[in-house]
Amino acid sequence: MAEPALALKGLAKSFGALKVTNGVDLTIAPGELHALIGPNGAGKTTLVHQISGTLKPDSGAILFGGQDITRLPPQARARAGLARTFQITSTIASLSALENVALGVQAHSARPLSLFRDAAGDEALNAPAWEALEAVGLTERAHAPAGSLSHGEKRALEIAMALTLQPKLILLDEPLAGVGHEEGERLIALLNSLKGRFAMLLVEHDMSAVFALADRVTVLVYGGVIASGEPAAVRADPAVRQAYLGEEG
Amino acid sequence: MAGTSSNSAATAARPQAPTVRRLAPLVIFALLALLPLASALGLPGHWLTLVTRAMIFAIAALSLDLILGIGGLVSFGHAAFIGIGAYGTGILITEGRTELLVALPVILLVCAVFAAITGYVSLRTRGVAFIMITLAFGQMAFYFAQALSAYGGDDGLTLYEKSTFFGREIFGNRTGFYYVALGTLAFCYWLARRIVSSRFGRVLRAARENAVRVTVTGYDVNHVRLGAYIISGMMAGLSGFLLANQTDFVSPAYMSWSRSGELIFMVVLGGVGSLYGAILGALAFLITEDVLSSLTQNWKVIFGPLIVLFVLFTHGGIAGIANKLRGRRDG
Repeated sequence: MAEPALALKGLAKSFGALKVTNGVDLTIAPGELHALIGPNGAGKTTLVHQISGTLKPDSGAILFGGQDITRLPPQARARAGLARTFQITSTIASLSALENVALGVQAHSARPLSLFRDAAGDEALNAPAWEALEAVGLTERAHAPAGSLSHGEKRALEIAMALTLQPKLILLDEPLAGVGHEEGERLIALLNSLKGRFAMLLVEHDMSAVFALADRVTVLVYGGVIASGEPAAVRADPAVRQAYLGEEG
Repeated sequence: MAGTSSNSAATAARPQAPTVRRLAPLVIFALLALLPLASALGLPGHWLTLVTRAMIFAIAALSLDLILGIGGLVSFGHAAFIGIGAYGTGILITEGRTELLVALPVILLVCAVFAAITGYVSLRTRGVAFIMITLAFGQMAFYFAQALSAYGGDDGLTLYEKSTFFGREIFGNRTGFYYVALGTLAFCYWLARRIVSSRFGRVLRAARENAVRVTVTGYDVNHVRLGAYIISGMMAGLSGFLLANQTDFVSPAYMSWSRSGELIFMVVLGGVGSLYGAILGALAFLITEDVLSSLTQNWKVIFGPLIVLFVLFTHGGIAGIANKLRGRRDG
C-alpha cells in the first residue's frame, strides 16, 4: 500500500485532568473518505484542531503523507496540502465569495504576497477560483460578500476554499451542521463527487450522510478510539451500539 | 480544479463584478489642489500654512489607517515614526547635510529598522497588550529624544536651514511647500490604495477579520502584519521629514503619547479603513483645533466632547457620512 495520506500515532492531549485525546491511532489512505463519529464531547473537533495545527498535542505523532508534521505550524501544513473546514463556518465575511476562494489560490501561487499589482482583477487567481466556485455550485453568488451567503452556501464556500489549496487531505468538521435538508442533500452529493480525488476526514453527526459517504468509519468516545473499520462492521459492533448508536434509538 | 464543466459555457454564466467608483478621494485632492487659488483671491495666508500642516499629519494618519483600519492593529506609538523622521531631518541639517536625497533614504531606513524591531516584538501580542506595548515603544523613543542633549534635548532643536533638493532650496516658498506636501500625500494615498488592493493587502484585510482562517489557508499572519507595520512606519517617517521642514523645529513632543492618540483620533474621526477618511480626519482635526483655539483659550473643553459626540453619532466617521449621502452601503 502507498504511504497513507494521514497517520496518527498515539496522539494525546489533555485539558487539565480531562483527556480529550487519549492515545489515538488512525490511518487514512490516499483518496479515502474516512468518517469520524462519536457523541458530543468525544473530542472530535479537538482532534481536527491538532491535525490542522491550531492546537498542539501533548504527545504522539502526526504523519502527513509519511512526513512528520507534529511540530509544523498550521500555515506550513496548509501549504503542504492539508486543508480544512470549520464546525462554525469560517470565511472572510466582507470579501466576496470569489475573493475568499482566490485567497486560497493565491496561497499556492508563485508570489502569494506581491505588493502592488491589483489582486481582484488578476486572472491568474480568478480563473482557478471560478472553477472551484463552479465545482461547488456557487457561480451565481461569486460577487456576494461571504457574510451575506446562506449557511449552506457558506459551507459550500469553505469546501471551495479547501479545493484551491491543492489538497491531499481535507478535514471536514461537521459540514452538514445547521444546514437544511435540501442544502444538505446538495452538500452530500458534492462530497460524493469529490471522493477519490484526495483523502477526506469527515466529522459528522448525520449518520445517513456518514454511511452514504464513508469508506471507513472511526468511533471516538471520551477521546479514545473504540472501533474503526468498514461502515457495516462498525455499525454492527456491539461496543459502538452500546456507547453511541444505541443512544440515537 | 473543477475540470469537468466545459469552459466556454461556464464563463458565460459567470456574473460580472460590480464596479466600485471612488469619487470622494478625487474630490478631496481636487479641492486641495485648488486651495492656493483661493489664497491668491484673498483667503488669509495663514490657511495655506494650516492646511499644509494638516496634509502632513494626513500622511501620518493615512499610514496609521493602513495598519489600524486595514490591518486591525491599534498602534498607540505611531508618533514615534513622525519623531524619527523629524529628528533624522533635524540632525542631518544641523550637521550640515541638507540634501533630501541623503536625508530621505536615511530616515526611511531608520524607520524601517525601528518598525521591524518594535513590530516583531509587539506583534507577539494582541488587543490591549498590543496597544500597551506600542505605547511603551513610543515612549522609549520620546525619552530617547529628550536625552539627546547634543540635539536640543528637552528643549528641542531649532533648524536654521531647510532640506534641499540637488542643492536647491525647494521648501522656501509657502505655495511651493504646499504643493510638495500635497504631492507627497497624493503619492502616499495612491501607494496605500495599491497595497490594499494587492495580494498582500487582501491577506492583510482577511487577517483582520479572521486570522485563523487565513492561517489555515497557508499564510503566516504575523509575517504579513509585520510587513504592513514597516511600510506604515516608513510612510509616517515621511510626514516627520515634512513637519521638520515646515516648522524649522524638532522637539520630543512630536512623539509624545498624546500625539499618537491624536493620530488615532484623526483616523476614527475620518472613518476607519477607508484611507481617504484618514485624510479627512486629519484636515477636520487640525482645522477645528485651529478655529477653536483662536476663539477661546479653553478650546480643549469644547474640542473633546465634540469629538466624542461626532464619533458616537456618525458610525464610520466622515467617510461614513459621505457613503450614506451617496446611498451606498459599504462592501
